Amino acid sequence: MAAHHKRRRLNWIDYGVFAVLLAMASYVVYQVDSVLEYRWDWSVIPGYLYRWDEEQQRWVTNLLMQGMFTTLRLAVWCIVLAAIIGVAAGIMRTARRLFPRMLSRTYVELVRNVPPLVFVFIFHFFISSQIMPSLGIEEFVRGASPGTLVWLQVLFGPADLIPNVISGVLCLAMFEGAYIAEIVRAGIQSVPETQAEAGLSIGLTRHQVLQYVILPQAVQRVVPPLAGQFITLVKDSSIVSLISIQELTFLAAETAVSTARVFEVWITVAALYFSVCYSCSLLFALLERRMTVYQR
Amino acid sequence: MNTQKDLRGSRKMVIEVEGVNKWFGDFQVLKGINLQVREGERVVVCGPSGSGKSTLIRCINGLEEHQEGRIVVNGQLLDNELKNIAAVRKEVGMVFQEFNLFPHLTVLENCMLGPTKAHGLSTAEARDRAMEYLSRVRIPEQAGKYPGQLSGGQQQRVAIARSLSLRPRVMLFDEPTSALDPEMIKEVLDVMTDLAQSGMTMIVVTHEMGFARTVADRMVFMDQGRIVESTPTERFFANPDSDRARLFLSQVLSH
Repeated sequence: MAAHHKRRRLNWIDYGVFAVLLAMASYVVYQVDSVLEYRWDWSVIPGYLYRWDEEQQRWVTNLLMQGMFTTLRLAVWCIVLAAIIGVAAGIMRTARRLFPRMLSRTYVELVRNVPPLVFVFIFHFFISSQIMPSLGIEEFVRGASPGTLVWLQVLFGPADLIPNVISGVLCLAMFEGAYIAEIVRAGIQSVPETQAEAGLSIGLTRHQVLQYVILPQAVQRVVPPLAGQFITLVKDSSIVSLISIQELTFLAAETAVSTARVFEVWITVAALYFSVCYSCSLLFALLERRMTVYQR
Repeated sequence: MNTQKDLRGSRKMVIEVEGVNKWFGDFQVLKGINLQVREGERVVVCGPSGSGKSTLIRCINGLEEHQEGRIVVNGQLLDNELKNIAAVRKEVGMVFQEFNLFPHLTVLENCMLGPTKAHGLSTAEARDRAMEYLSRVRIPEQAGKYPGQLSGGQQQRVAIARSLSLRPRVMLFDEPTSALDPEMIKEVLDVMTDLAQSGMTMIVVTHEMGFARTVADRMVFMDQGRIVESTPTERFFANPDSDRARLFLSQVLSH
């Protein structure tokens, strides 16, 4: 391939565009400041991140940081569960037998063609009324020994909110799993059929071919879209605030209302989401570079 | 090599193909194929492109299904039972035109995958065996590299080593040098010639007539899905039975 030089200098058009953008930003700030007569007051924000607890004599997380940690826990568990669902459904979509293909296709199409919010409402109603009681999570948490409870709180957050977090994880994972399934399917199908033939010809079973030949190559090919989907998942987790999962967006809405510092709270929340998602994308970029070392 | 030919009558039958018909949709690719290959025999299959050569050897290790007829490999009937197909493949090595190495595994790992996963060897045993065959194809020093770092000729030799690591009783070659640059063809043919001299049973689909002449016991000439003739090598090149083969030879040997 011909060497592709990226220019490192800006030209006068770039400066022009930049000036226009700057002017538009200034206009917005001016409007907020003079027309809306918004009085900025950032002083309340730190208190909602961390507060001094008189009883315990130490700094503890307040609403926004609690929400932040819930969002992180939600995202981590959701990524794990959605990856499992997605890989399974993705493999099923490329199965030789018709039934798994039909089953997986139905799931994927149902999820992808219903708005996320509607899906979450319907699915949550089902989860909270049917699945959560039958899983017996609430009883389990209540009956847990203090030692187990410490671990549960590290993994899932405050004890009283564990069932709440878990139903959020289930909702989101069911939703994101469908998108991951499509990515996995595309990855599997991008591995040439001749690879499977080579695998079969050295005596591997179809299952072994999938496990040792196809999937490793498929996963490696879909790292970039998968990374994008995981970051989307972190952002999409804000949807479950509408079914009262007490994550960052839910608690931010409460904070914004109770403090009346609407702009400050939401800008802070945006910054928090941004820092998480951007760190993730830097991390994935690093991973991608390491995985493509051996490619031609 | 002549002594082996004399022994042919007493040698065990390794591959028996009887009355095989195969269709791709409405198009019949194989028409009433009969072919017997005995242990230690080297058979070269040639013929114009589209004559069904590749399809025939792909049927022999079950990569393609045949609709009619019987294929028996090492006494094992090849039908659509997955178990039987797997049993056949453990005895049959296959080398492809495009090498088809696993790009995500090193050369050594490529050669160890079959022995460990299909034959149940320990990692140490599989490594020793893989190194043995990599030495035999003369690239033990490349063991730690990935296929993408090797030349085409080297890749094809690794592919041969990968098949040999399974200690197959028959090796099938599907145009092994067709995807190679001219200067790399020789290194692959040399390895194949060594292999033939070691007594390996081989069926080779190739257009390399020089190789066929030195190595093959028998030439199988195919055209339009039929085996037109199956003749001892010397007679095939000197005076083939069919006009069709004579025409083909005059075309491929003229330059």
